Amino acid sequence: MSSALAAIDLGKRYGRKWALSKCTLDIPAGRVVGLVGPNGAGKTTLLHLAVGLLRPSTGSITVLDQVPACSAQQLGRIGFVAQDTPVYAGLSVAAHLQMGAALNASWDMQIAERRISDLGLDPKQHAGRLSGGQRAQLALTLAIAKRPSLLLLDEPVASLDPLARREFLAILMDVVAEHNVSVILSSHLVADLERVCDHLVVLAASRVQVNGDIDDLLSTHHRLVGPRRDLDNLPDTVHVVEASHTDRQTTVTVRSVDPILDPVWSVEPLTMEDLVLAYMGQAEQQRRDLVRLKGGT
Amino acid sequence: MIEFRLNGNCGVSPYQQIVQQVKSALRLGRLRVGDQLPTVKEVVGKVAINPNTVLKAYRELEHEGLVAARPGIGTFVVNTFDETTYAAQRTLRRSLEVWIEKARRAGLDDESIEALFVDTFLFAPKELVR
Repeated sequence: MSSALAAIDLGKRYGRKWALSKCTLDIPAGRVVGLVGPNGAGKTTLLHLAVGLLRPSTGSITVLDQVPACSAQQLGRIGFVAQDTPVYAGLSVAAHLQMGAALNASWDMQIAERRISDLGLDPKQHAGRLSGGQRAQLALTLAIAKRPSLLLLDEPVASLDPLARREFLAILMDVVAEHNVSVILSSHLVADLERVCDHLVVLAASRVQVNGDIDDLLSTHHRLVGPRRDLDNLPDTVHVVEASHTDRQTTVTVRSVDPILDPVWSVEPLTMEDLVLAYMGQAEQQRRDLVRLKGGT
Repeated sequence: MIEFRLNGNCGVSPYQQIVQQVKSALRLGRLRVGDQLPTVKEVVGKVAINPNTVLKAYRELEHEGLVAARPGIGTFVVNTFDETTYAAQRTLRRSLEVWIEKARRAGLDDESIEALFVDTFLFAPKELVR
């Protein structure tokens, strides 16, 4: 199967600070990928590397099996909606479409016009006077009408109200169903991602914390609750993501392909939000340990 | 035609929720043999859900022999659970409604009613005593 995005040991450094490091990923085509992580985790950096707006400091990245922005033809296969869904405030909706047609070889004016009329937008209206939701829809329309194989969306719904957010995602999913396009979207609204994504990448502290098919991830992660105990006697196949202890009780989030059979643990399923938070917590813990280690030397 | 709804953050994955909703509609007679399930595109446009998730749910239902896909037309119910219970379900529902009203009158709140039902159900004999 071809891959939508593949990265090997990818890193990006700004001065002395690594915005992204040791990122190795292989995301198959045809997925809707949720890229999640706290602010400053490297999500935008990864997306900008994927579009070719940034060049890697280390390692390599390919998108649809080609180096980003290596040719006009390669760029034509990528639709990108940057953060805050930018449009030209002084241009009318119709002028945006004309510009799209002039700049993109694969532009499909029929798709563009149909979407604009479905959205109930007036072609003569200036983009600066659109609501936040309408602006996001216009930006998405521009990205879709060039008929990309891969859509990259940087926090497309962050500034939208719940209704506009739901409408935006419904249209996005409609496009996925109709045009068979791969999507990578970053967000920190986990509840939305659970509905629309089938693949999850958690980025935190400039690293990929977990990456995989959402159904697989949910079926292999469990929360164990039991009387306070050491974690050393867990089987080797069980990977501990996060653990917390009170004086009486131990709660652990684990990843394990095999079911947990030890009767001292009561085993609970994890929601996607639990899972994302557990990995973000793990990253935060590692960061603190590192700071403590450096402080000690 | 049935309409799907999704509960966020309940620990049940979206595709399992769809499978469960179809099965429960079949059990309650809301969906019958010959009925069409909404197309993937219809579901996607209404609930803002990943089309692959809907396909996966439909494939599972197909695998269990409950529905069949007719290419280019849609997905149809071809099998259901025991239809002979539909008539009995009506009277059973009515007696449950009476029971719920009695419980309310006795001062039980919704959660207590549900807990009492689930608890009784769990500890009731699993088979008919003959």
